[in-house]
Amino acid sequence: MDDRKNIKMVLNIALLLVICIILWWGQQNLSAFYIRILNLSAVFVVLGISMNLVLGFTGMFSLGHSGFMCIGAYVAAILTMSPASKEIIYFMEPITPLLANVQWPIFPAIVAAGIVSAFFGFLIGIPALRLRDDYLAIATLGFAEIIRIVVTNTITITNGALGLKNIPSVKSLWVYWGIAIITVIILKRIINSNWGYAFKAIRDNEIAAEAMGISIFGHKVLSFTIGAFFAGIAGALMAFLITSVDPTMFRFTFTFQILLIVVLGGMGSLTGSVISAVVITILMEVLRVVEQPMNLLGILQIPGLPGMRMVIFALGLLLVILYYRQGLMGTREFNWDYILDRIDSIRKRGTST
Amino acid sequence: MSVDIFLQNVANSITLGSLYALIAIGYTMVYGIIRLINFAHADLLMVAAYIAFFGILIFSLPWYWAFILAIILTTLLGVTIEKVAYRPLRNSPRISVLISAIGVSFLLQNVAIVVIGARPKPFPRPEQLVWNINIGEISFLSLTIIIPIVTFILLAVVMFIVKKTKMGIAMRAVSRDFETAGLMSVDVNKIITLTFVIGSALAGVGGIMWSMQYPQVDPLMGLFPGIKCFIAAVMGGIGSVPGAMIGGFVLGFCEIMIVAFLPALSGYRDAFAFVILILILLFRPGGILGENTVEKV
Amino acid sequence: MLKIKRGRYITIVAVLIALSMLVVGCGGGAADKGTSDKDQAGDVIKIGVYEPLTGTNAAGGQMTVEGIKLANELYPEVLGKKVELVVVDNKSEKQEAANAVERLISKEKANVIIGSYGSSLAMAGGPVALDAEVPVIGCSPTNPAVTLDNDYYFRVCFIDPFQGTVMSNYATGKLGAKTAAIIQDVQQDYSVGLSNYFEKAFKATNGDASIVAKVNYNTGDKDFSAQLTEVKSKNPDVIFAPGNFLECGILVAKARELGINVPILGGDTWEAEEFLNQVTQYKDIYFSTHFTAEEPVTPVSTTFLDEFKKAYPNKEVNAFAALGFDTYILALDAMERAGSADSTAIRDALAATENFAGATGIITLDENGDATKTAVIKKVMDGKFVYETKVDPQ
Repeated sequence: MDDRKNIKMVLNIALLLVICIILWWGQQNLSAFYIRILNLSAVFVVLGISMNLVLGFTGMFSLGHSGFMCIGAYVAAILTMSPASKEIIYFMEPITPLLANVQWPIFPAIVAAGIVSAFFGFLIGIPALRLRDDYLAIATLGFAEIIRIVVTNTITITNGALGLKNIPSVKSLWVYWGIAIITVIILKRIINSNWGYAFKAIRDNEIAAEAMGISIFGHKVLSFTIGAFFAGIAGALMAFLITSVDPTMFRFTFTFQILLIVVLGGMGSLTGSVISAVVITILMEVLRVVEQPMNLLGILQIPGLPGMRMVIFALGLLLVILYYRQGLMGTREFNWDYILDRIDSIRKRGTST
Repeated sequence: MSVDIFLQNVANSITLGSLYALIAIGYTMVYGIIRLINFAHADLLMVAAYIAFFGILIFSLPWYWAFILAIILTTLLGVTIEKVAYRPLRNSPRISVLISAIGVSFLLQNVAIVVIGARPKPFPRPEQLVWNINIGEISFLSLTIIIPIVTFILLAVVMFIVKKTKMGIAMRAVSRDFETAGLMSVDVNKIITLTFVIGSALAGVGGIMWSMQYPQVDPLMGLFPGIKCFIAAVMGGIGSVPGAMIGGFVLGFCEIMIVAFLPALSGYRDAFAFVILILILLFRPGGILGENTVEKV
Repeated sequence: MLKIKRGRYITIVAVLIALSMLVVGCGGGAADKGTSDKDQAGDVIKIGVYEPLTGTNAAGGQMTVEGIKLANELYPEVLGKKVELVVVDNKSEKQEAANAVERLISKEKANVIIGSYGSSLAMAGGPVALDAEVPVIGCSPTNPAVTLDNDYYFRVCFIDPFQGTVMSNYATGKLGAKTAAIIQDVQQDYSVGLSNYFEKAFKATNGDASIVAKVNYNTGDKDFSAQLTEVKSKNPDVIFAPGNFLECGILVAKARELGINVPILGGDTWEAEEFLNQVTQYKDIYFSTHFTAEEPVTPVSTTFLDEFKKAYPNKEVNAFAALGFDTYILALDAMERAGSADSTAIRDALAATENFAGATGIITLDENGDATKTAVIKKVMDGKFVYETKVDPQ
């Protein structure tokens, strides 16, 4: 058994090395367009797995993710914009003097974004998580909207509807995927720890879990706060990817896209969310073709139908939830055991005959 | 604030409130029966508005036929949605059904965008129904009187069905206790279908009224009313039909009055609605008329 | 049992994805080719267009694209080569706008890009184009921040500071207003920005107390009764209510229904059928816009009008189509002046644009890339948009 453990460790390190090589190759050789799509999918990976933690692993139907993203994005933006930019961009009402001369480098800003979002997650979680299922959904939706409305109206801090521009741009695959991979590792650790068992117990049967002595409320708030933390980080990453933010980016439709990713990948599987985040982000671009005029085999001319992409995705969501509720991976994860077992059984079959 | 202006605001609240109430009743009935927030309910509103619009403008139907057709087709759509998207998930965890509802809502919106186009269209207001009334300094549309009257009539009809008919009793039984009602030889599926019939019809009427009051139809017109009306239903006591009515009026009143008395905060109007919702959910989840149920093991 | 099913499911999904990629590869290629069979990069000049064709800004985007396509049909060639228009929808979402521009540059190899309706979307696409050194011309975004710090972004429309001042001067000068009320969509940068400039100009002329009310509403609101009642109670001489034609149409109609009869002023987004439909029976509604059919500013205006009527006989001419038209022909003009389809050369030619005759007026681009142009003021009368006056830039 020790052998197994060592082999797995070696395999994990090898996997990381392979990923690093792929990232390096990608950064050198891929066109800016592909890099952008990959960066965007990394952001959705972080979003997907953080929402999966809350929804798939702890069983809480929270629709508030976009609100935490909004907070994270604005924190990162305000902290990293240069004072000169701030003066120009805040042309309606000047920014509050507290924030006018602040300029942090990128990584501390990302961490700060996560922390501030986590703080709000904690504040919101305490009242909201007393509710169940559908009520929780509407309450968290409400909070996300409240956050957005407050951001729109506090012009001296956020520049309101005008949004922020000239946020430093980060284009490197390393940053986005690096953070995505770190997030995966951290969340995997959490899920396989005692906390993770408590989360899953709460998801499976809350009352039984309480009877077993697990502090339900405490763990719910914990899961929610961690989810908010990573949502904030994803928001910061989004700000650096697009270099401008405004409140209309973070409407409920955004949460729906993340929900789509989580459901399709399998609620309760980190691997599933990673795969579906990447696949769906790429599909979003690839499916642009159904919105252009199409020439099927030179025979049929179908005029361009803008909006078909979302129809296809909505249909996809419905089909999965109705007929294949587990999604792609269900609750299974990628692990070396599966492959190693297979290799073992092939080897055994080889020696037994 | 002068009396005139106050009365004007009251008139506005009544109109807005009754629109909310109409749609809230549909939400509350469906929730009472199968414990589902039917996110797609508000999009039925949009469907009804568009059918009426096309009926009048493309098929040149007289308005009453167009409206009736719209209501009938919307009801059929609502029932179909229940059969296809909700019934198969009846024994699944609640999250699945909620996600399915969200999926249906998005599908309806995006199909509308693809088929009809994202650009809004002006809704033709029939002259027999819509005209201006002026009393002193206050002016309002005839709709301010017609809509509440229609709402009250429909409410009375629904209350009658629920309280006095056999089917109504069956409905209340199913919403109390699903399984036992089934054991008492109540055809649960039929009752649920009936609930959706009533709810969708009300959404259809609501959609037409809404488009007469705010004569612009676009594929996303159901989004905001949807959330607001659900808030109204919760306020009044989810599962209670008169509660939905009261909730609708209270919400409409609050929204208008908050802006009237605190115009500097009018940008926060929607936020108020949500804050009220959250407060109610936390401190009195039963709403104004509802009962507080304890979850048993 | 489940294991097999799961495995099969994964295989099916993988095969589907692979298939769709194949279809896309072929289908996408077919779409790119369009109607021409030869697709040698050298023979075709590509103009990329990123506009919102779905989502909240869809109406404006669609109108603009109509104008661009019209111009493309009229002038399909430049420098002896065919011009191919590649239109990409940005769904009124920022990350889609950035993706769209990136796609147009990296995949489609566009020489120059047009877009986008909605300043927030333009601000998302701008940095991408700047990095790749591909010039972008905006048809209608009016937020000054769009061209700030971006040497590769230009626009053929005037900007909000100018527009706000024009309307304020009109209110004070022509309409004799001493007090005004502002109704703004607090969620929309266009509305907030334009109101801000109007307020500054109005206060400069009439004193700090002259804005008697400033009320907010939210995008998507349908009910403005409370805000209008508040405004009515303060008795302003004029009301300035810039915003999306969707909300404003309902707002203005409601104002008249409530018995508010003072002039109501707005901005260039009102030049749209959807707005006119809501307010056709009312009067004393004025707005600034880029374009007028009655006093064609240049011969190009007349051409545009005639062709638009031919191509879209059932639609009203609108400012966004005219601006789209102008953007396209300006792009062609810049390429002719530069003598090449090289992006940097085009950019330099654009920066040097002076007295270019477009359908919406004589366009000169200043050092920021903004157009100094005449603003036209129109009003609603007898169910139509009617030319009122024009204001030249000082």
